[in-house]
Amino acid sequence: MLPRQDLYPGYDVLAKRDGPSWNAKTRAVLDERLAIGPEMRRFFDEAEWMTLKALAARIVPQPADREVPVPVAALVDYKLAIGEHDGYRDATMPDEREAWRQGLRALDAEARAQFGARFHELSTWAQDELLKLAERGELTDAAWASMPSKLFFKHRVLGDVVKAYYAHPTAWNEIGWGGPASPRGYVRMDFDRRDPWEAAEAKPGREDEAYAENLRVGD
Amino acid sequence: MRIPGLGNAADNPKHGTPGDDPEHHPRARDGRAPNVMRIGEWVPMRQHRDEDEVDFAVVGTGAGGGTLACRLAEAGFSVVAFDAGPYFRPLEDFASDESHQSKLYWTDERIVDGENPLQMGSNNSGKAVGGSTVHYAMVALRFRPEWFKARTLMGYGADWPIDWREMWHYYDQVEDDLKISGPVNYPWGPHRRRYHRRAHEINAAAKVLARGAEAMGIDWTPTPLATISAPRGDAPPCVYRGFCTLGCSTNAKQSVLVTYLPRALKAGAEIRDLAMVGRIETSNGRATGVHYHREGRWRFQRAKNVVVAGYAIETPRLLLMSANREFPDGLANSSGLVGRNLMVQGNQAVWGVFNEEIRSYKGPPSLAISEHWNYDDKGSGPFAKDFFGGYSYMSQGPLPQLWANTQASAHGLWGEALVAEMQRYNHVAGLKVVSEYMPQERNRVTLSDVKDRYGLPVARITYSWCDNDKALNRHALKFLRQALEAAGGREIWDQGDDTCHLNGTARMGNDKRTSVVDADCRSWDIPNLWICDGSVFPTVGGVNPSLTIQAIALRTADRIFAARGA
Ligand SMILES: Cc1cc2nc3c(=O)[nH]c(=O)nc-3n(C[C@H](O)[C@H](O)[C@H](O)COP(=O)(O)OP(=O)(O)OC[C@H]3O[C@@H](n4cnc5c(N)ncnc54)[C@H](O)[C@@H]3O)c2cc1C
Ligand code: SF4
Repeated sequence: MLPRQDLYPGYDVLAKRDGPSWNAKTRAVLDERLAIGPEMRRFFDEAEWMTLKALAARIVPQPADREVPVPVAALVDYKLAIGEHDGYRDATMPDEREAWRQGLRALDAEARAQFGARFHELSTWAQDELLKLAERGELTDAAWASMPSKLFFKHRVLGDVVKAYYAHPTAWNEIGWGGPASPRGYVRMDFDRRDPWEAAEAKPGREDEAYAENLRVGD
Repeated sequence: MRIPGLGNAADNPKHGTPGDDPEHHPRARDGRAPNVMRIGEWVPMRQHRDEDEVDFAVVGTGAGGGTLACRLAEAGFSVVAFDAGPYFRPLEDFASDESHQSKLYWTDERIVDGENPLQMGSNNSGKAVGGSTVHYAMVALRFRPEWFKARTLMGYGADWPIDWREMWHYYDQVEDDLKISGPVNYPWGPHRRRYHRRAHEINAAAKVLARGAEAMGIDWTPTPLATISAPRGDAPPCVYRGFCTLGCSTNAKQSVLVTYLPRALKAGAEIRDLAMVGRIETSNGRATGVHYHREGRWRFQRAKNVVVAGYAIETPRLLLMSANREFPDGLANSSGLVGRNLMVQGNQAVWGVFNEEIRSYKGPPSLAISEHWNYDDKGSGPFAKDFFGGYSYMSQGPLPQLWANTQASAHGLWGEALVAEMQRYNHVAGLKVVSEYMPQERNRVTLSDVKDRYGLPVARITYSWCDNDKALNRHALKFLRQALEAAGGREIWDQGDDTCHLNGTARMGNDKRTSVVDADCRSWDIPNLWICDGSVFPTVGGVNPSLTIQAIALRTADRIFAARGA
């Protein structure tokens, strides 16, 4: 595994906001999302919130020096507060909202039982140990009730947290995705071709070229 | 040609309608419906009163229902078509955003179980005027002729009660109606006419498929797609923005919303959006109309005929929910087969990393295809076939949320491993199958004890693979892996558990003991109750189903005209 790096230096998908790649609806949707602050919380209570934030930091860790981190927990909260649904659930799972509340409570209970502190107070090593047990379905504290920890981890933790992070322009910059693309779309489709409004990847030794290209995507 | 999508009602205040919110307030009312091709414009719509006995009440406006409603209206019948979903204006309502566009999906609750529980929601069904074609990937394929006699000619599944030559005629008609873009010569199956538009340019992800197929010594082709490669009326050609499965905001996609439904309105059909049908009423063995929920209350529309076209979960659900004293086991269910033989299709994939930049987010997701394994029944060596059925496979173009979710839930990555792997997004290509699973009576839709927001029982969907399904999965993954490797892919991994499409819960046939509807989609038990959607498939084949659903809808319309003439 290569470590995370600054692969698309200087690229900011938001530079295209007022150009032909963003229609009015897209602007409205992204304005709403970008207005969600890190402490905006309507659905979770205080205790759940602490656990969720710690959990999100392990599932989609962000660089320590990132000035404005993606508000992952707030994005998950927002989804639950407006009642957005997946449209299905395993017969052994409660609905999304209940599953989240129960799962966060259960993670905290496991943290107390196994390490004597709440989940968010644990070291990242201990947090990961618990999450790996959940991933394998090996957490079985009574607080889980009938919900399998494995399905909570797969459907709720991975599903909702990962999708929340990759719904944010900061994450799009990090992976060099073109972002919203209506109505302009794209023209160059072949191997190793990019349109001038797409992110330029830094090739070893030529990072400056990529940086200069990336400052022009909004032109 | 107009350049659509540059603004919306917000940019053009003179077009704004106060309180316009398609997800909460119906748009098709007061004698007009949205003109989906033009910002802020409307078209006139004929309307009926609930107490008028209309010729046809059609439940669902997707591939089956929308297509049939159009043809019935054009033949002069009075038609009211209901859809539980909103009446979207793609040019104004569709953002380039994965999260936001989940508004297109059927996300009301459903419960899944069985040995291989299905993923529903975004993966499977739509809830909008135009149905799942609003977000489908536009792959427009014909069945292999032999599949219509799968039992007799190939030894599995069930025969269809329709001859392939007749279907070929209707495929011609749908392809014309949708102006399919495709190759000059299609490599498999009997001769077919040239497609109406040239094939689309293929992207790097599709070229990966081509390289792999050529290395493996099999044919491939640019995929026939229901998105135009040259202008058509108010619709511009595809701009390769790649958001197709989240709704096409330019109207290049030839969904039912922008093709058959405008025609239906013009011919005098009425469309009722945000209208959930909860029960079909019967009296003396005949359907008499539908109970539907719209604008906060339950209403009853009288009708001489009822067509159910809600797709393979909602169709059996509605038939079962309509159980009454005359039909205690649900409507059209004397065979006991309503809800049974649910068939999804395999959607396994292999993914790998390439030295080149691929950037598969550009263009429709599946620009190249091979149907080799739908037509080669034997195979050889390591790829000898030890199962019934076949598969096609296509190139892919997942957007970031979908890709991250695949990396997390199918590849098991999270934490630093996930965020680092996601940085290779622009270097990834994959191959994905659409494969033929067997009909099994144990795979089914039933009603659960849980109630939805209308107070109606939620569907329970039970699914398990049989040994044949598993053998097919193994063959497909093995072959795809080798093809991707041959194309230059590295660090290849299998996505082993994905499925797509829904069919088979009200199968057609020649015998009322072993099928729910006859070849004309008329239910055996209730002569004025029809089922016209993906539910009627006796087998699914190894291609995406919509073109076949639409061809059947066109045929059903012709059969109804013929019956009227007689
Ligand atoms: C992501 C995705 C990609 C796809 N890509 C392709 C592709 O490339 N090619 C292809 O051939 N197929 C594709 N499909 C499948 C295709 O969209 C469906 O097979 C097809 O649309 C099904 O047609 P239908 O008429 O049976 O149902 P639908 O098109 O789903 O229409 C059913 C409609 O009925 C409405 N409805 C249901 N119940 C009720 C009720 N009780 N009251 C009122 N309204 C109701 C729903 O709201 C819906 O609008 C794709 C599907 C998905 C999810
Ligand atoms: S790629 Fe083409 S069909 Fe797909 S959303 Fe864009 S314009 Fe529409």
